[in-house]
Amino acid sequence: MTTHVLHDTDVLLRRSLRHIVRSPDTIITTAVTPIAMLLLFVYVFGSSIDVGTDSYVNYLLPGILLITVASGVAYTAFRVFTDVSGGVFERLQSMPIARPAFLWGHVLTSLVANLTSLVLVVLVALAMGFRTGAGLLAWFEVLGIMLLFTLALTWLAVIPGLTATSVDGVSGFSYPLIFLPFISSAFVPTDGMPGPVRWFAEHQPVTPIVNTIRHLFAGQPVGSEGMLALAWCVGLLLVAYALAMRTYRRKIT
Amino acid sequence: MTTPAAIEIAGLTKSYGDHAVLEGVDLVVRAGTIHALLGSNGAGKTTVVRILSTLLRPDGGRAAVAGHDVVTAAAAVRESISLTGQFAAVDAILTGRENLVLIAQLRRVDDAGGVADALLARFDLTDVAGQRVATYSGGLRRRLDIAMSLIGDPPVLFLDEPTTGLDPQSRLEVWRTVRELAGHGTTVLLTTQYLDEAEQLADRIAVLHDGRIIADGTLAELKALLPPTTVEYVEKQPSLEEIFLAIVGHDGASPMETR
Repeated sequence: MTTHVLHDTDVLLRRSLRHIVRSPDTIITTAVTPIAMLLLFVYVFGSSIDVGTDSYVNYLLPGILLITVASGVAYTAFRVFTDVSGGVFERLQSMPIARPAFLWGHVLTSLVANLTSLVLVVLVALAMGFRTGAGLLAWFEVLGIMLLFTLALTWLAVIPGLTATSVDGVSGFSYPLIFLPFISSAFVPTDGMPGPVRWFAEHQPVTPIVNTIRHLFAGQPVGSEGMLALAWCVGLLLVAYALAMRTYRRKIT
Repeated sequence: MTTPAAIEIAGLTKSYGDHAVLEGVDLVVRAGTIHALLGSNGAGKTTVVRILSTLLRPDGGRAAVAGHDVVTAAAAVRESISLTGQFAAVDAILTGRENLVLIAQLRRVDDAGGVADALLARFDLTDVAGQRVATYSGGLRRRLDIAMSLIGDPPVLFLDEPTTGLDPQSRLEVWRTVRELAGHGTTVLLTTQYLDEAEQLADRIAVLHDGRIIADGTLAELKALLPPTTVEYVEKQPSLEEIFLAIVGHDGASPMETR
């Protein structure tokens, strides 16, 4: 049975990767918004923002990476929805293929697509003067956190993909995700925010994740905030996975 | 009575909320026959097909396909069936050939490419095999859809309103394909709302109405349910369909309908 899961997932992964290759605009669109934000905040607002370091692009990039993923997973929801509404889902479900393969094919595709978008964003940031003292290990740690974060958001995106009744409903879920980094330490330090806003900013997952990546890029120790970031990512992943699988099981029985 | 039953349905019920769709459906489909399930829109034809293809759990009663219970042995049922749903379930971003190869790989047939090429030839799709399905006409999509359903030679095929939304020529092509299938020993359960379709294709016709099968038999048997025929002489006028087909040609010799 395990070999079936792997084989079927592999076939379906290659199918939806082909979708991406045929419409690379999904990756470009995913990267364009965060890149535009990067340009806007660094070159327009940046001169008025004091974050206590000399390079605002260094400060900003971690948050922009999270926004990239948040907008990228909307396409996963869209691809799942297209299969469900177009009948491909039913055809696959009526065939003797491993049950989890359908979702894993889409989830792994999301990882590939989002990593590609992230590379594009980092390249633009480098061109804008982003510099890091991170060693190989720190880069791998950043990659690990981004993978966990992408997986968590992808499983979350699967849910509207399976349940939405219209295309609008599918994309709607990602707006709060894209907005969340604005009320965190992603753009400005939380110190200057008024009480309740600051409390929210410091207790939501984006802040520890952004701070951890920032420390890793700066070549500094991540401390307890790193564990907190990891805990948020793993916790979100487990909850999103459980909810998505529950939605899926209800859908197929 | 010698042929085994490919599909056996007994007392099948299904409700959506307060709305009872199936209220005790009984039906037996013999292996190797084409059985039409005839009913108006909303009669529950698709619900029956969805239950038989393990996509939907029945509320009560039982249904078995190729000897396997659809609830307790769903995996075995899926090994024996193929579903061609109401809307052509094809991947529009892939090409026609890629769609066929995809299904062949998922069904683990040897030589997926060879199987795909053979089906492309059989369904007159070779010329458009390399084009994305998004460019196909409705008739072409449907033909590809049915071709995809035949991969792996499943013994039982469900065709849910296979000609709805097709132009008359494509409709005739689908009919020809279905007849050919039955010639190869495949059992076909065909749902349709078109009376002539059932009349043309089916060995037996079951009428689904108000959640139950209210009539089931061969065309001759169903005709016998009515009072004896009286003979009247009526001038035969060609139907619009006959005129249309006569003008545009309907022998299927020129299946190129690429747009």
